[in-house]
Amino acid sequence: MSATAVTHDLAAVKHGPFDVIRHSWVLAKRSLVKTWRTPEGLIDVTLSPIMFTLLFTFIFGGAIANSPGQYLVFLLPGIIGQNIAFASVGIGIQLNADMEKGIFDRFRALPISRIAPLLGAALGDIVRYVLLFGIMLATGYALGYRITTTPVHVLGALLLIIVFALSLAWAPMLVGLLARSQRAVQGIVFMTLFPLTFASNAFVPTETMPAWLASFAEANPLSHLINAIRALLTETGPWQGPVVATLIWSAVFVVIFAPLAIRTYNRKS
Amino acid sequence: MIPNVSGCTYALPMSSENAVEAHGLVKNFKETKALRGVDFAVPRGTVLGVLGPNGAGKTTAVRILATLLRPDAGHAMVAGFDVAKHPSEVRKRVGLTGQYASIDEELTGRENLIMIGSLLNMTGTNAKARAKELLEWFDLTEAADRMAKTYSGGMRRRLDLAASLTGHPEIVFLDEPTTGLDPAKREDMWDVVRDIVARGTSVLLTTQYLEEADALADDIVVINHGEVIAHDTAENLKRVVGSQTLRVRPSDPADAAAVSVILSEVSAGAAVDQPRKGELAVPVVGDKALTSVVKKLATQKISVTELSLMLPSLDEVFFNLTGERQKPELTPEEELSA
Ligand SMILES: Nc1ncnc2c1ncn2[C@@H]1O[C@H](COP(=O)(O)OP(=O)(O)OP(=O)(O)O)[C@@H](O)[C@H]1O
Ligand SMILES: [Mg+2]
Repeated sequence: MSATAVTHDLAAVKHGPFDVIRHSWVLAKRSLVKTWRTPEGLIDVTLSPIMFTLLFTFIFGGAIANSPGQYLVFLLPGIIGQNIAFASVGIGIQLNADMEKGIFDRFRALPISRIAPLLGAALGDIVRYVLLFGIMLATGYALGYRITTTPVHVLGALLLIIVFALSLAWAPMLVGLLARSQRAVQGIVFMTLFPLTFASNAFVPTETMPAWLASFAEANPLSHLINAIRALLTETGPWQGPVVATLIWSAVFVVIFAPLAIRTYNRKS
Repeated sequence: MIPNVSGCTYALPMSSENAVEAHGLVKNFKETKALRGVDFAVPRGTVLGVLGPNGAGKTTAVRILATLLRPDAGHAMVAGFDVAKHPSEVRKRVGLTGQYASIDEELTGRENLIMIGSLLNMTGTNAKARAKELLEWFDLTEAADRMAKTYSGGMRRRLDLAASLTGHPEIVFLDEPTTGLDPAKREDMWDVVRDIVARGTSVLLTTQYLEEADALADDIVVINHGEVIAHDTAENLKRVVGSQTLRVRPSDPADAAAVSVILSEVSAGAAVDQPRKGELAVPVVGDKALTSVVKKLATQKISVTELSLMLPSLDEVFFNLTGERQKPELTPEEELSA
């Protein structure tokens, strides 16, 4: 090891009110670099929703709707909602891996806001949601799905998806911080998500369900998101109601899970 | 009061002259009493060596000082700030190199350092320049653009240390910086520590080797089972535990008694010890002991298979300080049968 003198003295570290944003952005870039290096980590937002779309369209299309084509109009927003929810497990696994590897100790020993690593991980995930949305629209187009609204509506749908996904993400983040292994994170998150995605209006209209299940499915936050996407892409009805309901649910997720996740992160030793 | 081995009063100077002050730190993990009221201080610009065996509480103490853990009782001042009340002020001024590397294995060495620099609010250019400088200093330039998961243990250690020096900290905590390094790499690491100190940085380092504490530290704290059992300068500590240990293994075990007599004549005060079967050891001071022992062995025609002079091991340090042998840690099988 050569002992070269470190000559130029760098200006004293300055701290300001925008630090949280700046630090979150630095950590989001870290996630992006890793995503770029291991694109196979994107399978859950690319190949698997395509597979779900094909399976559901052709297996259930004839039975549920009259034809695969008609069913696709109903199904595609459902698949988007389902996979947005599934994709959120990734962030829990990432945080859990970070804790296990000790890199979190480094972050926690730095003079940065304690929420920056959590926000950074969440922001880095936006790319995944955008990718999922784009892939689904392309897959749909190939199968005959046509958007009937304006590009502004489509953009609105994308923004709503991102807001919802980032809000929901606090729950798997909390699981990621509490669980003792990545396998446990996966198990816990999926065990919760399966009933949540299927007991919704994603695959079949809620009218076909028994009354108790239908009322659950109608209140299900994913159903509101999926209704909003349907309305914004193919004018199935007014979009304002479902959009507001989705935003309220998003706020509820943040209010409940963000403080818990941040507190858990702070207490980790 | 801190047990004191040199006999002279060794009051802890508690003032702003200290980079680090720990007052009665207590930390329990359920039943485990990791720290039972630990006091020590690191005067500004000096190196404190915290010497202790596995499970002594070294890492726990370091993590409390680096604001990663809250003490159950007691308090600590680091760089003039209370770790519990002003953790972010402390974080701005310290660098921590933990016992296990805290680096992102899926980023390259350079990316790791640039990320840390950016998190310390350096501009992009400055963060890159600082990363380059550190990579050169730590001999990582060639591996700089490889993912850290391809690094050897020693390279990870160096990258981790580089990461903790990124922001020019006033105080650096090094938790067992050389455990697991080969002897040459250990010497390199010692040089790095000396470099850091030469720049005016205060250092608290933990170690399991008296040799390392002696090579680097101004003061040494010996801890065991979460308690400070000695706090003194390296010089004074060595005066008691012997600056060196002379070991002799007679070829014929029957000569042990005679060898023991010879050794007690050169002893620095402590009793002759039998660290291993058939081997006798005694702490010695000065440079005459070895020749005098060799002469006496020759006169009495005692042949030996081993004769060595070295710094005492941690085990011998404890024996000389407390008169008790360390209980060896139980192996899993022994624990089961116990
Ligand atoms: N998070 C934890 N949960 C439970 N027990 C812990 C935890 N951290 C440390 N301990 C216990 O506290 C005691 C002190 O541990 P510590 O890691 O501080 O020792 P150490 O001196 O650093 O040891 P080593 O030389 O092996 O690194 C040990 O008995 C250890 O098992
Ligand atoms: Mg340790």
